[in-house]
Amino acid sequence: MRPEYFQLISRIEAVDTAAGTARARAVVPEESTIFEGHFPGHPLMPGVLLIESMAQTSGFAILGMNGFEGMPFLAGVREAKLRRFVTPGNELDVEARVEHDGSGFAMTEASIRHEGSAVASAKLTFRVMPFPSPDFRTEMRSYAERLGFPLEVA
Amino acid sequence: MSSTFDTVADIISDTCDIPREEITPESHVIDDLGIDSLDFLDIAFAIDKAFGIKMPFEQWTQDVNEGKADAEEYFVLKNLCARIDELTAAKPA
Repeated sequence: MRPEYFQLISRIEAVDTAAGTARARAVVPEESTIFEGHFPGHPLMPGVLLIESMAQTSGFAILGMNGFEGMPFLAGVREAKLRRFVTPGNELDVEARVEHDGSGFAMTEASIRHEGSAVASAKLTFRVMPFPSPDFRTEMRSYAERLGFPLEVA
Repeated sequence: MSSTFDTVADIISDTCDIPREEITPESHVIDDLGIDSLDFLDIAFAIDKAFGIKMPFEQWTQDVNEGKADAEEYFVLKNLCARIDELTAAKPA
């Protein structure tokens, strides 16, 4: 995880294109400029970034289903729950499932756990649009592969 | 059509908090009911689930943008319901 670069997951551990699921590992760094402000002397992973972790994992579940033919853009967050604090060094398990693969949109359900305990959950809406450019698609595939996305299944 | 319309109107009313009596078969979902594109995603999701279909909005939008169809053909509710009925009838048994 590199929060400063908006990389909110560390590694993609599994993608099931038939089931529309993805599982990722997100290791919160021990140090980050984010913790200088959130909060001074009491570092906590911001809840909005936990939602982004779920959004990114959801995005890879969608990309797995559509074979990188459409780029998911976060459009809505429903029923977000942030159940416990996440602190530097925590190792998180993030799971996402595509609840509905619509025409030009997708709905997912996602959750985060830490050492088996529920940390956060949300239902997310994505617009799924053509990649703005071939280079963007190539970069997304490359980025996904670096994170461990099994491109052979997409 | 009437039961399809009732289901769709209930979905729109619940999703967008629009009084049910204001929704008629002649209503245009954008011009008359003021539903924006993000709310429409929630409506599309609920319609897809309720009828077990996948409405081809990308194709419809492309048809409208390319001048092959008028938006009214898809977004006036009686026409939308007719499309839903077609898609439902075309579902594999």
